[in-house]
Amino acid sequence: MPCSASTLPAVAADARNPPRNTEMIDFDQVSLRYPGGSGGVHEASFALARGEFAVLSGHSGAGKSSLLKLIAAIQRPTAGRVSVGGQDVGRLPRQAIPYLRRNIGLVLQEIRLLLDRNVFDNVMLPLQITGHPPADASKRVHAALERVGLAGRGQEMPLSLSGGEQQRAAIARAVVNRPSILLADEPTAHLDAAYAADIAALFRSFHAAGVTVIVATHDSSLFDDAAPRRLVMDHGHLREAS
Amino acid sequence: MSGWLRHHLAALAHAAGRLLRHPVGSLLTALVIGIALALPAGGLLLLDNAGRVVGDVGERPEISLFMAMPPDATATAEIERRLAESAEVASFEYVPRERALTQLAEAGLADVIDDLPDNPLPDAFVVTPAALDPGAFGEIATRFGEWPGVAHVQLDSAWVERIHALIELGRKTFWLLAALLASALVVVTFNTIRLQLMTQRAEIAVSRLLGATDHFIRRPFLWTGLLQGLAGGLVAWLLLSAMVTALRDPVARLASSYGAVFTLQPPAATEVAALLAIAAALGLAGAALSVDRHLRATD
Ligand SMILES: Nc1ncnc2c1ncn2[C@@H]1O[C@H](COP(=O)(O)OP(=O)(O)O)[C@@H](O)[C@H]1O
Ligand SMILES: [Mg+2]
Repeated sequence: MPCSASTLPAVAADARNPPRNTEMIDFDQVSLRYPGGSGGVHEASFALARGEFAVLSGHSGAGKSSLLKLIAAIQRPTAGRVSVGGQDVGRLPRQAIPYLRRNIGLVLQEIRLLLDRNVFDNVMLPLQITGHPPADASKRVHAALERVGLAGRGQEMPLSLSGGEQQRAAIARAVVNRPSILLADEPTAHLDAAYAADIAALFRSFHAAGVTVIVATHDSSLFDDAAPRRLVMDHGHLREAS
Repeated sequence: MSGWLRHHLAALAHAAGRLLRHPVGSLLTALVIGIALALPAGGLLLLDNAGRVVGDVGERPEISLFMAMPPDATATAEIERRLAESAEVASFEYVPRERALTQLAEAGLADVIDDLPDNPLPDAFVVTPAALDPGAFGEIATRFGEWPGVAHVQLDSAWVERIHALIELGRKTFWLLAALLASALVVVTFNTIRLQLMTQRAEIAVSRLLGATDHFIRRPFLWTGLLQGLAGGLVAWLLLSAMVTALRDPVARLASSYGAVFTLQPPAATEVAALLAIAAALGLAGAALSVDRHLRATD
């Protein structure tokens, strides 16, 4: 199927250019029950406007990753309504999901760097998926690498990078398509404090550029400068801290 | 350049690169596919050639009438008269026993004939029937056989029909074999692609999370299957050409020993094109089945 902009389902176009006064991300009584009945998310409701920055904290197993996955349609809600850019994500037909994801930059543990190719090619992958013209794609990859402080490191293989550098490469890959939403799941885990602060600064810079950002983290103090919305999960229940 | 074309070129380059990066594996798969295709294709090619030989002969069905021995000039004259009057006869040729003997001598049996005390050959007639329906030849031949003084009737079309039937049987057998091996090819490609899917599990999973459509995932594997089938088709073509080259001289010698001029014909360009197209299509089918199964299983 051709992937020109004209064939994108409405969701992608809407998310790129949302109508004013519409929430970018809107959860209405959303539940996610995994098969077996345990865990997940219980009747979570919250809304983020375009360009807002939210920090999602909570104990391990609280449901932070589950919540992020609901936004990217990696999990479908078992009850309630998840809407992204005005579209009901839970009811999105299967074929439309890729186009939703192209508008969401994802930094998840599941989306590791591919070890069989260098950093440049890893960051290039989302642009190959959207069928970008190679010359323009190459420029964008260089720009994204520069943005995360990996200028000139494109030819290196992922395993030759430090943990912090790998995380930055993953962030470059998440933003290379210039998504309007950026979701990160514990992007500073396993990183030294100095590296973690760098990464946090990076997310604040995307927020400053107008991107809607949600970061799930154990250490929400890293993001204090951005005066973020504070979402807290506890055993699947979401509440907002002041 | 349109996105669609760019996607396909990228997938084609990816698929070709993957085949070239594993030359031994690719070559072995192409050989397996090639041999499996060359077997029925070679059989059909030989049968086509055989059909051509028989077809040449079969265009002039003849009935030979051999008179009884000892020769009886009156009886022979009576038969000649009946043949001339018969509406069932398009034309006939009288072959007197002396001429038959001369022909034998000319055919290289002079030494044998010199040793014979008498001419052992009967008078004969070679009749071309007026009927065009091969089924009618048998009846006419039987009727001729009942004429007085006729010792033996030989229907040339009988062996022609028998060979035609045999060729037809052979052709059906080879088509059945082809169908069987075609499904084997789909299975071979299915499995090769399945192994590639396994090694690229991570890439596929990550690509999907980054917004890859099923089409995007499928494309390089479909091209791989298609190229692999095509390579197998090329191998089959090489094998067929080698077969024709190897058999050409022996077949020509065999034909000339029957006094015929016959050259084994290689497959026509359209047949080669069909062979390659079928091979590519089978590869494509195997790959499509494999990828779809993987996409469903990992959804
Ligand atoms: N794929 C899954 N299948 C079943 N249970 C799961 C799955 N993913 C997460 N869970 C469960 O859901 C709960 C929340 O998990 P998760 O969202 O990963 O929490 P967090 O990211 O806050 O640590 C946990 O109890 C976990 O065991
Ligand atoms: Mg988690």
